[in-house]
Amino acid sequence: MARVERFLPSEEAADLLELVGDLADNELAPQVAGFEERAEFPREVLRTLGRAGLLGLPYPVEYGGGGQPYEVYLQVLEELARRWLAVAEAVSVHTLSAFPTYAFGTDEQKKRHLPDMLGGELLGAYCLSEPQGGSDAASLTTKATRDGDTYTITGTKAWITHARVADFYNVFCRTGGPGPKGISCVLVDAGTPGLEPQVAERTMGLRSSPVAQVVLDGVRVPAERLVGPEGGGFTIAMSALDSGRLGIAACAVGLAQAALDHASEYAKGRTQFGKPIIEHQGLGFLLADMATQVSAARALTLAAARLRDAGRPFGIEAAKAKLFATDTAMRVTTDAVQVLGGYGYVSEYPVERFMREAKVLQIVEGTNQIQRMVIARSLSRE
Amino acid sequence: MKIVVLVKQVPDSGAERSLRADDNTVDRATANNVINEMDEYAIEEALRLKEAHGGEVVILTMGPDKATDSIRKALSMGPDAAVHVVDDALHGSCAIATSKVLAAALAQQNADLIIAGAESTDGRVQVLPHMLAERLGIAALTGARKLTVDGSTLTVERQTDEGYEVVTASTPAVVSVWDTINDPRYPSFKGIMAAKKKPVQTLSLADLGVAASEVGLDGATSAVLEHGKRPPRTGGNTVEDSGDGGVKLVEFLATEKFV
Repeated sequence: MARVERFLPSEEAADLLELVGDLADNELAPQVAGFEERAEFPREVLRTLGRAGLLGLPYPVEYGGGGQPYEVYLQVLEELARRWLAVAEAVSVHTLSAFPTYAFGTDEQKKRHLPDMLGGELLGAYCLSEPQGGSDAASLTTKATRDGDTYTITGTKAWITHARVADFYNVFCRTGGPGPKGISCVLVDAGTPGLEPQVAERTMGLRSSPVAQVVLDGVRVPAERLVGPEGGGFTIAMSALDSGRLGIAACAVGLAQAALDHASEYAKGRTQFGKPIIEHQGLGFLLADMATQVSAARALTLAAARLRDAGRPFGIEAAKAKLFATDTAMRVTTDAVQVLGGYGYVSEYPVERFMREAKVLQIVEGTNQIQRMVIARSLSRE
Repeated sequence: MKIVVLVKQVPDSGAERSLRADDNTVDRATANNVINEMDEYAIEEALRLKEAHGGEVVILTMGPDKATDSIRKALSMGPDAAVHVVDDALHGSCAIATSKVLAAALAQQNADLIIAGAESTDGRVQVLPHMLAERLGIAALTGARKLTVDGSTLTVERQTDEGYEVVTASTPAVVSVWDTINDPRYPSFKGIMAAKKKPVQTLSLADLGVAASEVGLDGATSAVLEHGKRPPRTGGNTVEDSGDGGVKLVEFLATEKFV
């Protein structure tokens, strides 16, 4: 596998990336094809990553995190996605699921929940979308009614990554009137009576990652599980999405890099008309364009991450990175299939899977149309 | 219980390896140097014993300055401290001389148990654990696929071609392990950070009271006189099946003593 030249901010980051490379080569790469084929969730693999300390990297050490800047965390995600997109996405979703508590929780909530969330043994989920609406999150209808010290939650959440396997769920629900100001975020443990994950969707790709509806039927949760103020849920959701978009962008860069790795390796070994096909300009230039786009996507993603690390506004740059990196992944994985020709279209080679997997990245964490809307609005405000 | 684990830095056996043109020793300068694979199983076994019985795990390495990388990596898995024997005069030492140096270092440790990999992927002579036990006057339980400790009694399932033998001894003793004994852990990120702060004691030959003339190329009891490149792979035999293919295959297997 080609070495990606990385500019890392510290020696510990270089050590971390080396550890991640070992884990990814030895634990992820040999297993991905089988788990994707069987549509089986690799819980043990995530435990291994958890024990290595990879399930809480961008959070402070005092809460059990890795104390790493986003710039480093995203490059870890990228290397994981390069071997197994579903595992990288799982790490990204889990990392995001600790964000509401970390960024908006009380000190007591942080001390009580974060060490478990970041400890590596638990997995979290994030429930915002509903069957009738994902992009228009402010119109969600799952209802929570307060009665004394208890919220009772009823509604249906959709497209929930880690449904059925998560240990805790961030549930966004309506505690007040219509619109964004009536939404709150409540932390619900798996196993709470009435919380019922449904049968997993049969998806086009990313099959080892379970995605399902979660039905909440009169789920009773102590009021102390409210994260942030009542009515503050939409702000939390949007804030978490900014960081989540960076995670998906990094996953897309890793997937595109994997497609480039496989396509260029194949093009060096495949001979037609007496020479390796990479030496035919038509394919050589195609691969050159793929490589350039992957580097550009990585640079854009890390530039946004560095703004976040510096405490500067980064939401618009995160939207651009998500848009560009995932569109790049779609294009590069499609081109990789083209480079392999007929072999690219059969499942003995992973590139057809890469192409199927890329598609979902243009949809999740805000469709790419939503990203363009966010970017366009920022231009009209300037 | 104090456990010392012998760790050797070797050229990555998965990559191209070579001998030096000038003195026929292993070329460590151009190689990708890693922890000897079998030693990771020795470290894992020591850590499991520590977790079960308490105590301390110390890494002992003899090797050049850059073996420090492998020592830090070994420490990131969880051992408490390391001892690094480093001296320019050690270059080219044979197994007998190496055992003299390591035995001198071990004599300072008062370990209850010494665990080593059954072989290194560069030398592959498999004799060092026996030599150390002989020099220290303690038992050698070698080629373990299972190790249990009950008080001061060690019980080892010793792997053989036919099966295994059960051998026992009292501590202190030397145990060498195969890769069937456990599944080594990965370091954790926190382990990597902690390893940077763990104590690594550096010892020279003078610190161990071993004379330079007893070790290195000059003190070696064996010498590599010359070396050459491995011959390129030959084409192999093609068996054409004209009704007697099966017979020909069996004849071939018989000449190679497979049947």
